[in-house]
Amino acid sequence: MAQAPHTPPLFLRPASYRQRRRRDAARLLPVIGVFLMLLPVLWAPQDTFHRDTAPDGIYLFVVWAVLIGLAMLISRSLNATDEDDPDAPGDQGLGQ
Amino acid sequence: MPFNILVLSCLAYVIFLFGVAWAAERRADRGRLGWLQSPLIYTLSLSIYCTAWTFYGAVGYAARSGLEFLTIYLGPTIVFIGWWWILRKLVRIGRQQRVTSIADLISSRFGKSNLLGVIVTVIAVVAATPYIALQLQSVTLSFSVFASPTDDGFSPPGTEATAVWVAGGLALFTILFGTRNLDAKEQHHGIVTAIAVEAVVKLIALIAVGVFVVWFMADGPADMIARIDASEIADWNLQPGRWAGLLFAAGAAVICLPRMFQVMVVENADERHLATASWAFPLYLFAMSLFIVPIAVMGLERLPAGANPDMFVLTLPLAEGQGALAMLAFLGGFSSATSMVIVESIALATMVSNHIVMPVWLRLRPSRAVSGDVRRLVLLSRRISIGVVLGLGYAYYRMSGGSTALAAIGLIAFVGVAQFLPAMVFGIFWRGATRIGAALGMTVGFVVWAYTLFLPSFGADAVIPAMVFIDGPWGIGWLRPRALFGVSTMDPLLHALFWSMFLNTAAFLTGSLLTFPGPVERMQGAAFVRVFDTTTGSPRGWQRGLAEPEDLLVMSQRIMGDEDALVFFEAEAKGQGKAGYLPDPTPEFMARLERRLAGSVGAATAHAMMSQLAGRATVTVEDLMAVASESAQIMEYSARLESQQEEVTRTARALREANEKLMQLSIQKDAFLSQISHELRTPMTSIRAFSEILTEGDLPPELVANYGRIIHDEAKRLTRLLDDLLDLSVLENGTVQLNLGLSNLSQMIDRALASASHTKPERSFIIHRDLPMENIFIRTDADRLVQVFINLISNARKYCDAASPELRISVRQKGGRVTVDFVDNGSGIAKDSQALIFEKFARLTDQTRAGGAGLGLAICREVMANLGGTITYLPGQGGAAFRVAVPLRLERKAG
Amino acid sequence: MTARVLLIEDEPNISEAIRFILSRDGCDVTALADGTGALDAVRAAMPDLVILDLMLPGLSGLEILIQLRADPTTQSLPVMMLTAKGQGRDREAAERAGASHFMTKPFSNDDMRAAVRALTQG
Repeated sequence: MAQAPHTPPLFLRPASYRQRRRRDAARLLPVIGVFLMLLPVLWAPQDTFHRDTAPDGIYLFVVWAVLIGLAMLISRSLNATDEDDPDAPGDQGLGQ
Repeated sequence: MPFNILVLSCLAYVIFLFGVAWAAERRADRGRLGWLQSPLIYTLSLSIYCTAWTFYGAVGYAARSGLEFLTIYLGPTIVFIGWWWILRKLVRIGRQQRVTSIADLISSRFGKSNLLGVIVTVIAVVAATPYIALQLQSVTLSFSVFASPTDDGFSPPGTEATAVWVAGGLALFTILFGTRNLDAKEQHHGIVTAIAVEAVVKLIALIAVGVFVVWFMADGPADMIARIDASEIADWNLQPGRWAGLLFAAGAAVICLPRMFQVMVVENADERHLATASWAFPLYLFAMSLFIVPIAVMGLERLPAGANPDMFVLTLPLAEGQGALAMLAFLGGFSSATSMVIVESIALATMVSNHIVMPVWLRLRPSRAVSGDVRRLVLLSRRISIGVVLGLGYAYYRMSGGSTALAAIGLIAFVGVAQFLPAMVFGIFWRGATRIGAALGMTVGFVVWAYTLFLPSFGADAVIPAMVFIDGPWGIGWLRPRALFGVSTMDPLLHALFWSMFLNTAAFLTGSLLTFPGPVERMQGAAFVRVFDTTTGSPRGWQRGLAEPEDLLVMSQRIMGDEDALVFFEAEAKGQGKAGYLPDPTPEFMARLERRLAGSVGAATAHAMMSQLAGRATVTVEDLMAVASESAQIMEYSARLESQQEEVTRTARALREANEKLMQLSIQKDAFLSQISHELRTPMTSIRAFSEILTEGDLPPELVANYGRIIHDEAKRLTRLLDDLLDLSVLENGTVQLNLGLSNLSQMIDRALASASHTKPERSFIIHRDLPMENIFIRTDADRLVQVFINLISNARKYCDAASPELRISVRQKGGRVTVDFVDNGSGIAKDSQALIFEKFARLTDQTRAGGAGLGLAICREVMANLGGTITYLPGQGGAAFRVAVPLRLERKAG
Repeated sequence: MTARVLLIEDEPNISEAIRFILSRDGCDVTALADGTGALDAVRAAMPDLVILDLMLPGLSGLEILIQLRADPTTQSLPVMMLTAKGQGRDREAAERAGASHFMTKPFSNDDMRAAVRALTQG
């Protein structure tokens, strides 16, 4: 408790700053995912008679692969630094 | 393929899994967890999300509705790549609060409410029953497809018989490995490892079939795409409502399914594994679904028109004459079904035993004290629950006739468990969520789900009369199960999902806004929502000093097991700066103990059991506010001031302690001298009196002989006392010469027993020993150790007040230490005296001395210190109990 | 007249020695080994002298003494205290509680005889 300052600093050191942005990226990723996965709703209305199973499938699998790749990059960079910077009070997501 | 070969290969596969589970358990028992706790195993164990429904049903789903099946995997993908939002928090809470199931999580969050535990358990069991039935169905179906009757005289038995055998076998496997022990934290390494193996098998099987289809039946990807374009599902109709709704339902299910919660949160060994799983689990799902469409297309193209698309994975290789590949696919499907059923039934059994059986037992039990072994009761109730859960699944399978398409049943279960979502997600993010809101929401959601989706799934007139579907109950049109409030154009699944989730959330929010949470609820709410916030002071739930530590220890031993409870209490006592096994019942200690117990029997039960010993947790809202403002004030202090103050306090405490020690030493020295004086004068008195009598002469010879003997005895007593004193001073100065050597513990105990049998030889003692465990060679000073043993055994012989005295000597080896416990069946040593018995001349009370100078235990303590070990009194063993701990190999001290 | 002495001492050898010494001197000695039944025994026998060890199992000698002095029937009974501790504190406590005589172990037989004579005949 002695080392916990009452108010968090206004500006962060570069390492902490990068860390925070990586967390933001981690939070953003599912939002992007939802958007990309709902996209077919917009350009594949149900009354078409195109042969769209194959292209739609390829699109979805490509999106899926990209998301997995991004998640891997983000989780690796977060994982490595998670220990030495336990969550500061500001990092509560939706909390409170 | 002949049926008997099929059965044999299944058996061989199950035996192999048995071996894997057994080997993993053994590794874990020896503490060599290693790769058993790797992120890879964690990710693979998550794959129980992919059940037989996925393995067989996805192809059928694709053959019916094109790409819609992908939602089942894309939903979880979004949840996992978004792990930073929800999963991370769930896992942290799960570990911090030692959550045992999803029912426990929700019950614990809302003030350890048992009502919520019961609601969640009931919903989970109801929703899981069709799902388990589905697994049984797919295994029996695959059996019958595969084992076409042959003319070699061995025809397959009826499908019912297969289902019974499968259900029974799974129950046996689950009981054997799922309820072997009642761990502090419910983790099952054997099962998790076996499931990881099954995950690999099903992945390889599905990919093998896929590769076969794309590269051997078709001419590679390009040709495959052409064939897809040419097939009946080339044009699929994306229904926006279903697409979004199913994404949501699958995403909710991956968090809320009891079995997913079990492997994801309860069995999680390290939070960092989640980071790996965040991309590795979506990758697994990706690989599982990559070849679904090709298999479906090829099946539609090659197989006769009436073939069941749910079985394409099997029938396609069979039709192509690829027996080995079909066998692999069959084992993959078998793996998917078995792993799901095993974990689901463990998770449900834990919930049933912790939230239904234990509370009922607690209420029915007549006495306040915990009697009997609770562990056995919990394990028994879990075993029975596993049987019941599987029995329900089987009953549903028989009732429904097993004809519905696989995918439909799975989705019904998804929507059912999604009813936990509002209570859970709001519970961990919003402190305003209350118990009543959660109970209302889940109940409303459950009822709507049952009315609009679950009960109609049995078919018209099965549970709900057909008239109700058309006209509504009592002719109320807007209550029709498929068209609530007149919404009749929606797809039935979407309709049920929409209304149950909407009404659930609405009831939950309304209930939460209108009710006021109780103190425990607010406390738990804060702990859950701010789980990452390490700076909040932990509120005090228990009042100081209302519970007897010894009662708590006895209770904990019944739940955690003797050894674990003692280790925990000893560590707590050490944390408080006390030796021995009985920490003060501080609020902090009580809270930690409660949490530890919650890991075995769930938060609500643990709380109720603690309340019985400690009185109601008497925290009030004012207390909570006091704690909050207290911690706020503490934060106000500048760091410097505080550290200065701490420094001063520390120094003052050190001074005070030193002073107290000096005072005590001085008092002890006085008391010691006075005691020595007493002990020396007593034999001296007899010697002097009788020698004067003898010098006065004029005595009959037999009296002379008698008095001479008394003088001799008392002189010996004096010598012994002086020897003891010298021994003690040598031991205390650490100048004692130790004769180190290897000796057999069993022989040392033999020697001690023989030697101590001279004490009160008229008492017949029953000695219980564990000879195989005693057979250890210890490098120590055998004579000194035997001296300690003799002392303890003679003490038992002298003081044990039982009518038929017994002494139990038990030996344990742990790491580099050996402990020997001496437990008799007398009335033990009063709590106040337990701290004193190792002091010089401390007799139990001044009055109850029975000879001996009272130096025995003091010498024992010093001997043990010189042997690098300890001797302690073990409270709560139902008699006087001493534990001697020695290092296995004592090395000579340098210098 | 034979003096009747009630001896309450838990060490059997010391008890035997005192019994022997006083019996030869013409006393009638009854010995008890612990303090629990001592008060009743005193009231029942009403001896001429009680010899009490300070440290006794059951009820300590000092407590017996205090209770004897509180009871009007035994208030003036001669009581000799014996102790092996021999510290000034114990002696003061015994005298405050109303001991007629205080004797430290070990004692000489002559002293014991003389003290008993003085207490039973005086």
